Amino acid sequence: MTEITEVPSPFCGIGADDLSVQVDGNSVKVTANGCTVNTPAFEQSITDTSARVNGEEVSLGLAIAKAADLLRASNQPIMGGCASDVNGMRGVMAVADKAGAVVDNMNFTGARRNFLALQDTGWMNTTLAEIKNRCDYLLVVGVDLEGFSPRFFERYLWNKESMFLDDTSNREIVYLGKAPSGNASTSPAGVSAKVLECADANLPEVMAVLRALVKNKKIVAESVCGIAVSELQTIAEQLKATKYSVVTWAAGALNFDQAELTVQMLSEMVKDLNTVDTRSSGFPLGGKEGDQTANQVCGWISAYPARAKFSAGYPEYDPFLFDSAVMLENGEADALCWVQAFNIASVPPKTDVPTIVVARSGMVFDKEPDVFIPVGTPGIDHAGHAYRLDSVVAIRLKKLRHSGLPSTAEVLNAIEQAL
Amino acid sequence: MLIKLTGGTVYDPASGIDGQVKTLFVLDGKFINQPPAEMPIDKEYDLKGKVVMAGAIDMHTHIGGGKGNIARMLIPEDHRKDPVYRSDITRSGCGHAMPSSFTAGYRYAEMGYTAGFEPAILPVNARQAHMEMADIPILDKGGYVMLGSDDYLLRMLTAKKDQKAINDYVAWTMNAAKAIGVKVVNPGGINAFKFNQRQLDLDEKNAHYNVTPREILQVLATAVKEIGVKHPLHVHGCNLGVPGNVETTIDTMQGIGGLPMHLTHIQFHSYGTEGDFKFSSGGAAIAEAINKNKNITADVGQILFGQTITASGDNMRQHANHGFANPNKWVCMDIECDAGCGVVPFKYRDQNFVNALQWAIGLEIFLLVDDPWCVFLTTDHPNGAPFTTYPHLIRLLMDKSFRNDMLATIHPEAQKMTTLASIDREYSLQEIAILTRAGAAKLIGLDDRGSLGEGAWADITVYTENTDREKMFEKPDYVFKDGELVVVDGKVVHTTWGTTHIVTPEWDNSVEKSLEKYFDRFMTMKLGNFKMSNDEITEDGRGSLTAHSLNSIS
Repeated sequence: MTEITEVPSPFCGIGADDLSVQVDGNSVKVTANGCTVNTPAFEQSITDTSARVNGEEVSLGLAIAKAADLLRASNQPIMGGCASDVNGMRGVMAVADKAGAVVDNMNFTGARRNFLALQDTGWMNTTLAEIKNRCDYLLVVGVDLEGFSPRFFERYLWNKESMFLDDTSNREIVYLGKAPSGNASTSPAGVSAKVLECADANLPEVMAVLRALVKNKKIVAESVCGIAVSELQTIAEQLKATKYSVVTWAAGALNFDQAELTVQMLSEMVKDLNTVDTRSSGFPLGGKEGDQTANQVCGWISAYPARAKFSAGYPEYDPFLFDSAVMLENGEADALCWVQAFNIASVPPKTDVPTIVVARSGMVFDKEPDVFIPVGTPGIDHAGHAYRLDSVVAIRLKKLRHSGLPSTAEVLNAIEQAL
Repeated sequence: MLIKLTGGTVYDPASGIDGQVKTLFVLDGKFINQPPAEMPIDKEYDLKGKVVMAGAIDMHTHIGGGKGNIARMLIPEDHRKDPVYRSDITRSGCGHAMPSSFTAGYRYAEMGYTAGFEPAILPVNARQAHMEMADIPILDKGGYVMLGSDDYLLRMLTAKKDQKAINDYVAWTMNAAKAIGVKVVNPGGINAFKFNQRQLDLDEKNAHYNVTPREILQVLATAVKEIGVKHPLHVHGCNLGVPGNVETTIDTMQGIGGLPMHLTHIQFHSYGTEGDFKFSSGGAAIAEAINKNKNITADVGQILFGQTITASGDNMRQHANHGFANPNKWVCMDIECDAGCGVVPFKYRDQNFVNALQWAIGLEIFLLVDDPWCVFLTTDHPNGAPFTTYPHLIRLLMDKSFRNDMLATIHPEAQKMTTLASIDREYSLQEIAILTRAGAAKLIGLDDRGSLGEGAWADITVYTENTDREKMFEKPDYVFKDGELVVVDGKVVHTTWGTTHIVTPEWDNSVEKSLEKYFDRFMTMKLGNFKMSNDEITEDGRGSLTAHSLNSIS
């Protein structure tokens, strides 16, 4: 049995790297600094060790050859999921380039709300260490932050010391839209967060009024979607009065039509705040299941985020047309390669097209895929790199055990070679 | 493998060879003077009448790191204009302003470049910089790690830590980030922006730390020298783009007290305030200061007209310039108590007075600096223009009549504000070889690159003489990387993976004690997880590290 400390997690998105684990053969137990997201993800046991073709156990070589055959026979394959480490995503890109596939990260439809805002007007954002040391006012828009990331408050807001705040427990926390699911946002001094609730679908209107108030526009109405304008006026004044406010949101949680306009509204509000003699930054939440990794790697290899098509022989980007779920539904794709090295619950979408699954050992299917290749998990079975939610820091994942499972990259590079 | 390159006209300033006909031999990737008599020649290339130079080295080009990827994400419309098809030997991608990594490697190689250096590696983003560069084929690469706005250094300065402690921190950081140089960007200014300061002059204090840019430059330039790093402190100075910054720049040069210092994209720091538009050329004054101060080198950061995107660590100045964004979208980031970045698309226009004069100022500096070993050919890719404009820039330097023809087309008021028309200088082939090969290798501190002499790695570019220098330099006949033929007639025929150039200065391990405490108290990762290990570059079987020599430390 070995004890490994300072273990970084690719699961939680916030780059927690202070976990301790006990490894005994193939069994991993989190012994310190676990959470409801990380602990089960690390402790998930290995069940499948053999590849399967049509449900029959076969050698890895045979499964790779079959996968290559299916991709070769396809006119428009899809590389879906795209949930792995940097090398795994490099493998996705290599296969997609050769096979003329669509690359589509499983979280892209949520992330699209951010990309559309980014590519239309841009933003001013910050990263975790700046929040930890500078943020004196956190506005949480439309997301249950502790549900998203159980240790966010503990690690980045209620830290004992910070470089630039005398007392971190004086930070103000305000929720707009969703209310928090627990008390993680209550400060160590016992001050609970201010919560202004509204339905998700009302956020566009509420955010528009808040930005108008930041810009000193006159609002005649007394309430907006159940929230008193005077409350929003207070927030606007606080945003201007504090030194380093942060506005956070999770694109995936803004589940309503044209939510990109709400992302844009709050990003433009942050820009406005930086013109009225204070500093303010946005902070998009994400980073789960390798989504930032997928976008970063696809970004430097193709110059586009992870919803790109390679069938013309060069990369094309369209955040709507290359939505793999829509393509499968409309019969625009004729093969699917689903890559998911982190999460056994994240199974491929239901489809009748030939399906290859390169996924974490233990995935259970309603319908057995044509090819299933179980792979190791980055940060458990092999070393690697994963981006955390701020897209700036790539954490160095450790190998914790010798399971003998191949990495995503090894499998995909072999498929690429076989094509 | 023994290769013979027969009868080319060789320009190799590193060996003092200026246009002599010479036969070269390459054995297993490196130059040798004479092969053993009995050894058979595996391949001979007849280079009679051809121009032979070492592979070119771009000493300042933004090819790896987070801000470049933000730039890529920001402008899909620019990529769509330049799709790059996959071939049997090359990967697909996109080109123009901020190309994809594979395309960047191919296009550099196709212009005869065999190495590029990322000038702004944030320590906390070093992994990304190296991972992106690991996906740039053919080229060797490396980078300069950014310090000067990191809270750790500023805390040290406020606490009056001694120079030795700073030297240890700088050396430790270079090792942790796998760097070959140290860069400072708007010294302390990126940090000051986080405290809502919107400008920071050379002697202005950071509101929190009470430290001035001048003090930061002094301790960092001293550290770089004292730990033996050959590449002088790489400085992106204060007040980028601000009319009147020529004074600051000259003050920066004189104030460093004779320490070696490289001023980067100096064109953006060479502006006066004269004339009807209160914007004038400081080109002559800057060139004169470079000529006088032998400790100073500079790369130009030439602008060329057209669409590009600017990506800089200087979020203070990028934020100040966001109103010029074209198209109108931009990104600024504060990053990890380490630094920041700003990404602003730009369209430089020849009929815009300021842009036109910027163009002329860059050329004035190139032409008025006497010693070609002190000036380097850059556009600060992609900030002044994409690197693919280099052949055009070389023609501007080598061909006075072409230059004057171009000058006659720019904004008329800008023509009046530049002395360019009166400058007769035309760069020679040997001088171009100094700017883009021998000088760059020497400045970076590469032991065995940028030369065609015995023992050097055989990075070679072969051109056909052409009085149209743009045509000549945009399409080499042959390019060899480590002795392997990679380009024929301006097209990649074979791909290889270059090495990553680093230095490994020594530090006192006790530096980790206070760093560990700092990381545990204030940072978001463990110190042990922050440092890059060598395997991160070499474990994929493609990458390698090459450590270069240091100056002996007295």
